[in-house]
Amino acid sequence: MTPDAYAALKKAGSSRRDFLRGAGVMIIGFSMAGKATKLAAQSPINPTGLVDATLVDSWLAIGADESITAYSGKCEFGQGFETVQYQLIAEELSAPMSNIKLIFCDTGFTPDQGVTSGSQSHLAEFGPGGLRQALDTARDALLQLASQQLDAPVGQLVVQNGVVYLQSDSTQWVTYGQLVQGTRFNLTLNPNAVPKNPSQYTILGTSVPRVDIPAKATGQFQYVQNVRVRGMLHGKVVRSPIWGAHVVSVDQSSVAGMPGNPQVVVNNDFVGVVADTEWHAIMAAAALNVTWSNADPLPSFSGLYDYMQQQASSDSYTVNSGDTAQMLQQAVQVVSAQYLHPYQMHGAIASSCAVADVQGGTGANATAKIWSATQGVYPLRDSVAVVLGIPNGNVRVTFVEGSGCYGCNGNDNVSFDAALLSQAVGAPVRVQYSRKDENTAGENYGPAHVNKLMAGVDKSGQIIVWTSEAWTLSKGGRPSATAPGNIITGALVGFPAPVPTPSAATAPKTFANNSNTACNYVTGVVGTNAPGGTGTIASQQVLVHSIPSPYFTGPLRSPERLQNTFANESFMDEIAAAVKADPVQFRLKHLKDQRLIAVLNAATMAANWDTRPSPKPGNASTGVVTGRGVSCVLYEGNNGYCALVAQVSVDQDAGTITVTSLTASQDSGPPSNPDGLKNQMEGGALQGMSRALFEEVKWNDRAGIITSTDWTSYPVFQWGMPIPQLKTVLLGPLNAPKLGAGECTITLVGSAIANAVFDATGVRMRRIPFTSANFLAAKGS
Amino acid sequence: MAAYSLTVNGNAVSLNVDDPNTPLLYLLQENLQLNGPKFGCGLGQCGCCTVLLDGQPIRSCITAISDSAGHAVTTIEGLGTTDNPHPIQQSFINQQAMHCGYCLSGPMLYGKAFIDQNPGATSDQILAALGQTPLLCRCHSHSRMLQALVNYAQGTI
Repeated sequence: MTPDAYAALKKAGSSRRDFLRGAGVMIIGFSMAGKATKLAAQSPINPTGLVDATLVDSWLAIGADESITAYSGKCEFGQGFETVQYQLIAEELSAPMSNIKLIFCDTGFTPDQGVTSGSQSHLAEFGPGGLRQALDTARDALLQLASQQLDAPVGQLVVQNGVVYLQSDSTQWVTYGQLVQGTRFNLTLNPNAVPKNPSQYTILGTSVPRVDIPAKATGQFQYVQNVRVRGMLHGKVVRSPIWGAHVVSVDQSSVAGMPGNPQVVVNNDFVGVVADTEWHAIMAAAALNVTWSNADPLPSFSGLYDYMQQQASSDSYTVNSGDTAQMLQQAVQVVSAQYLHPYQMHGAIASSCAVADVQGGTGANATAKIWSATQGVYPLRDSVAVVLGIPNGNVRVTFVEGSGCYGCNGNDNVSFDAALLSQAVGAPVRVQYSRKDENTAGENYGPAHVNKLMAGVDKSGQIIVWTSEAWTLSKGGRPSATAPGNIITGALVGFPAPVPTPSAATAPKTFANNSNTACNYVTGVVGTNAPGGTGTIASQQVLVHSIPSPYFTGPLRSPERLQNTFANESFMDEIAAAVKADPVQFRLKHLKDQRLIAVLNAATMAANWDTRPSPKPGNASTGVVTGRGVSCVLYEGNNGYCALVAQVSVDQDAGTITVTSLTASQDSGPPSNPDGLKNQMEGGALQGMSRALFEEVKWNDRAGIITSTDWTSYPVFQWGMPIPQLKTVLLGPLNAPKLGAGECTITLVGSAIANAVFDATGVRMRRIPFTSANFLAAKGS
Repeated sequence: MAAYSLTVNGNAVSLNVDDPNTPLLYLLQENLQLNGPKFGCGLGQCGCCTVLLDGQPIRSCITAISDSAGHAVTTIEGLGTTDNPHPIQQSFINQQAMHCGYCLSGPMLYGKAFIDQNPGATSDQILAALGQTPLLCRCHSHSRMLQALVNYAQGTI
């Protein structure tokens, strides 16, 4: 959140109507005004009630002073989408960016657009019912008003910088502010409102500098960690050292007399302390003596992947043509392999933090304000309301940016923690996790995976059958009113944590490849439906087993898609090697989607791809060797085309893998902000490298504890290590719909590196992370 | 309760603290309401809390107030403002060298301290200097940040 937006929100107080008045905005159409009085009596915090996203006035207010205030439900996580929304508003309204103020993600003030995740923000705001449609509806209404005012048909008007001119006489003009004085839009979003033609864009499609960066570069930016509320105390959680242990007793005398007047809060298995300063809270949390029960043993760390395949599971087919066994018999060559992916952390650089101010305890008259870096203010509101026993209309959740989160990490958990502590002590409480809290009992891990693949090839070297069987794990997830136990803290206070229920797979009805379980190369034909895939292989079976996870899991950047694509794109390389084909040519031979083919060609051309089969001829089996690997995907089966070439150098004696370059090509539709997209692709590529080379959650199963407690025991890519050369190539037809952008490159990095390592050494890395120990083990096997 | 005097971003301040082991970071955040130095790990492993102490980068999350007293502390907000950024800050802005920006105190202040002592430093030298102590960026904006530092070092921001 930018300082001016924050200032606007501070001004907003508890009522958006008051905020609009206070900001000098003429109320041209605040929605639900007629119902406000009634709702005010019901809802002390949120007298304006719900925000009706079908009304233009819920998205946009134009002041007499020409100020344009927009409201949206998609927030900023350091990915630049705040700036893109400013560009969109300025573009569709033909108004200067300096007149615009964007408020995002505040319950009761902004439209409920669910969660900001899954590379869906562009699709939501540029799609039906989103910000662009509200802007276009408003723009049409403004032009109608101007047409009356200037006594000329709309077709003879032009708009520049928020001023409507008569095309034939630029001395005849009227401003937006003049047009809307004292009036309301009073319009519903018009699905037929026509967006500006992209060929006329002057702001979208250009690399507008990010609006949040100057404040961040100078230390002025207020992150959620910097929210300070009058009378605020500091809280710390005290978690069980062993997963699944219960509180036996809490010795409150162990903190008696400590500085800062520490208060101990116990609610079922939730334990926390609150004190006047953060340091006093840290000292008290460390001193608090809690006796915990034993817990059920964990699956062993070393035996995890076997354990996963032995559990009863919830099964589903992505696709099943029914003829794969028969086709495998017809194949002249059958290739099979198994790929392993560990649990990984979001590992946000900031430990999660939230501030809560719960007043009045519990029940119909109690209220809560929560400042959180959650991905979904409304789901968090509705879920925490259940936990606190407060009507959701009395709970206001305001998004304040934290550090990059890369998915559903600890931000919802810590919001629950702060709210429970505040409710218990009757004062505002700020909670920021310690690094160990975050790593061991604060965040929802990305799940481990086992993927077993088998394919058959005919005598011409064409793949004629592809089968995949994958195992994944799940426990909890995003906040939800019906499942507060999705959140670790919700479970600690007694709500059940949902896990998959064993069930047999049924025949699929549609080709739903949202998790990229099916590879790029199958046709994706389900029943009599049209092919949903990007490839040509007709005989196909993709089966997924989901089992209960011992640890909480949640979406981690490119959830499941990264794990599945690591397996699928490594396996495609293995088949290419088995038939002695060039990895790019072999892919092209099995692809039919022209946009996927285009990014594959663009990336390989930019990387000067050396066309030949892998492994690279002439490389020695000792010493340092180099190689190249490729990978590509249509993200989520329909949401962003990407291809990546990795070049590596491998010290085969030490087992050290160094990535020397990563070249990515992406087609997410026309880029809204080309430099911003390149920045995302670069970060995704490097973060993917960190996840492939270093990252793995570890635990001691005998002691029952997570041992990845800090950055030494959960190593990641760090400053000082060689940074690969990063190259990005942007594709995207001008009139194509927007697609997802932020998770494409990261999806490909593990497989591209594994394929490059194979090219260099002939050693196949089938297990992430690619540590020297895992390389040497693979080399020896 | 003891009073500790130090200079923070050029201003003389006096902090009343009951525990001499209190890390400097919490006092900068709570007592002085500064946003630049941030808590990342509390272990000196990530660099989010970096400040300059008499011009040298230190980790304020593991530096006690008793060891900071009498010294001059500079945080990233002490370098420049949004209206008048320090050249190294302008270099980061020009390169759009961040995603979330939470880690910035680390690479910016370690980079500044090294480059100011080694004018004209090269990319490899700067990268090696930043690798002397554990320093992280989890959005993995390393490539642009390094370019921003190189441009600052070469005077080509």
